[in-house]
Amino acid sequence: MTTMSVVSEKHPETLDGQIHKHTISLLVENKFGAFNRIAGLFAAKAYNIDSLTVGPTEDDSVSRMTIVTRGDDGVIEQIIKQLNKLIDTLKVTDLTHENFVERDLALIKVQTTTESRSEIMQVVEIFRAKIIDISPKTVTIEAVGSQQKIDAIIKMLKPFVIKEMARTGRVALKREFQGDVD
Amino acid sequence: MTGSEIFVRSLIAEGVEIVFGYPGGAVIGIYDALHDISDIKHILTRHEQGAVHAAEGYAKASGKPGVALVTSGPGATNTVTGIADAYMDSVPIVVFTGQVPLKLIGNDAFQEADIVGITRPITKHNYLVRDVNELATTIKEAFYVATTGRPGPVLVDLPKDVMASKATFDYPKKISMRSYNPHVEGHMKQLEKAIALIAKSKRPVLYVGGGAILSNASEELKAFARKTRIPVTTTLHGLGSYPENDELSMGMLGMHGTWYSNTAVHYCDLLIAVGARFDDRVTGKTEAFAAEAKKIHIDIDPSAISKNVKVDVPIVGDVKKVLAKLIPMVEPLDTKDWLQTIKQWKSEHPLRYRNGKLIRMQHVIQKIGEITKGNAVMITDVGQHQMWAAQFFKYIHPRTHITSGGLGTMGFSLPAAMGAAFARKDLPIISVSGDGGIQMNIQEIATCVENKVPVKIFILNNGYLGMVRQWQELFWRKRYSQVAMFSPDFVKLADAYGCPGLRASTTDEVEDVIKSALAVKDGPVIAEFKVVQEDNVYPMIPAGQTWNEIMDFPEEELSNVAGEDLESEELITLTKG
Repeated sequence: MTTMSVVSEKHPETLDGQIHKHTISLLVENKFGAFNRIAGLFAAKAYNIDSLTVGPTEDDSVSRMTIVTRGDDGVIEQIIKQLNKLIDTLKVTDLTHENFVERDLALIKVQTTTESRSEIMQVVEIFRAKIIDISPKTVTIEAVGSQQKIDAIIKMLKPFVIKEMARTGRVALKREFQGDVD
Repeated sequence: MTGSEIFVRSLIAEGVEIVFGYPGGAVIGIYDALHDISDIKHILTRHEQGAVHAAEGYAKASGKPGVALVTSGPGATNTVTGIADAYMDSVPIVVFTGQVPLKLIGNDAFQEADIVGITRPITKHNYLVRDVNELATTIKEAFYVATTGRPGPVLVDLPKDVMASKATFDYPKKISMRSYNPHVEGHMKQLEKAIALIAKSKRPVLYVGGGAILSNASEELKAFARKTRIPVTTTLHGLGSYPENDELSMGMLGMHGTWYSNTAVHYCDLLIAVGARFDDRVTGKTEAFAAEAKKIHIDIDPSAISKNVKVDVPIVGDVKKVLAKLIPMVEPLDTKDWLQTIKQWKSEHPLRYRNGKLIRMQHVIQKIGEITKGNAVMITDVGQHQMWAAQFFKYIHPRTHITSGGLGTMGFSLPAAMGAAFARKDLPIISVSGDGGIQMNIQEIATCVENKVPVKIFILNNGYLGMVRQWQELFWRKRYSQVAMFSPDFVKLADAYGCPGLRASTTDEVEDVIKSALAVKDGPVIAEFKVVQEDNVYPMIPAGQTWNEIMDFPEEELSNVAGEDLESEELITLTKG
């Protein structure tokens, strides 16, 4: 999976109306340059990107991108129209108004001492995260969940000193059932 | 068959009759394959930018896609301005660029440029052909994408080794793309909503853009306007879609539009946008543009709708098809009072200029119109002359006004006129430029002479970059910064190139020079008009402002033209419609 995160220069605050975060899912032809076209569109039109992920789908010829962006209704409407206008775009769905599942993933390398290790493991336990690498002075934690959950575990781990961190953008899919099975 | 041969066969299968181009190392194989082909005419331009503008001119005049072929690296990067121009003005062209062999891509090879990357934001779509087996399908797709939906430029990058590889030639008859299906039929529910708004309107206006010409909707537009009795204003690119000698016409709107069309839009209660995109040169301050009016917007590009101005009834579809559906649905309106008001405005605020001994650009344009009776293709450049050409010529037929509107590309006129000349042999092809613009692609005179292209190259020479000078006069305290400009002796230049050169220096010479230029049939002719140096385009709504700030022609102010005999000056008026 490739992920990227860029912040545009134009702040959405300059636009009228209410600014909301939107999660947009799109299916594109898995062709040379398709990713560049979409990233380039956001840059050229000065739209915000909080995160953008791209990866394969069940169909080899199709890639799914998940874009988290911000803007008022007019801007979001234009983003969706502009994405649709790209020749390689198959389908654009604004998941924001749908019931959807979303996940972020983070790998967090935390400094440890003999004293702090068990405390860190408790945090890992509470967040249902995993320790995937361990050394005398560090542990690397894999955390999966909503963006808020990842933010929360990071906040809890900060006092132990985070040495390195890698975070993906969001991936999301529309829910089939209304209830949360997680 | 080699890739190069497949390329040539594909163009023939696509019905391409003319290619504007420039050879080079990366496309030498393609040029070899073109060498023995008589079905395709190749015009060797003097610069790749000229080739792309020529392809645009051909496309705009004919309605068929224009084709340009250039080499890699600098050949490809020289096409960028033309491609951006075609993107802004929705011109269907296909640009083929040579590329270094696949294995050298990314190696900083000689004459390598990432043209697919460079042109991604200024093409409707672009392709790098990586396998000769995909070549024919890619070419088919390129023409399909360029000409359908909202048209636009498509670029196809052709690596040298791919073009030298062999494959069997099989040109697809039809193409279907699962990811690209433009919506052309208007939604019936939306049409009904539009009809309801129209029925309630007392002061409707049709605001018609280039989309009406792109979809060849002039007949439907006329039928719709005449049945409903709705007055028509057009954008710069809409000129010619509705005859400007018809009483319902109000001419152009926007920054330099007629006083009455802008006023009608300001006071209308219903604005029907037809293939137009609410460009800032039309709207000024968007919040104040037709603020009281309900708005219907017909456009094939969903992203054009509610982009700049929020509309009440969007109709996504091809203008021609949508209007054809609306005509039988709509009832005639009683717009007698509204039309009477507009007529009054027309008589109070016509287009005006002062005519004297020294030549006014407006006069040259008006004379061209009178002499040709509107039966000419006017290809203009960018600046003051462009606006006067929009104002003082009455456009009657679609595709007789060609200009660079969106990008505002100086140097557009001459090469575009050259392309248009290959599409329209039945009408005089008149290229109108200023002294600034002509010098941006002046090298194409040689192409015209070499190929005996009958372009009338009219140069309206005021010794200034006139539009910038006008802004400096009006908004920058007359501090003329880098706008005065030296030009060569254009008559001698014509002689050097081997074509007739004419000059008019006073108003009484204008008519003869135009007539003499029109009489030249076997190649280009250059006609220079030495015009008044400082003159301003009116009416004018300053950028980003509202109708309230409109500056009409200042009739009280006498002209301040050096050497002009004020006594002899005459106020000339012209009204559209």
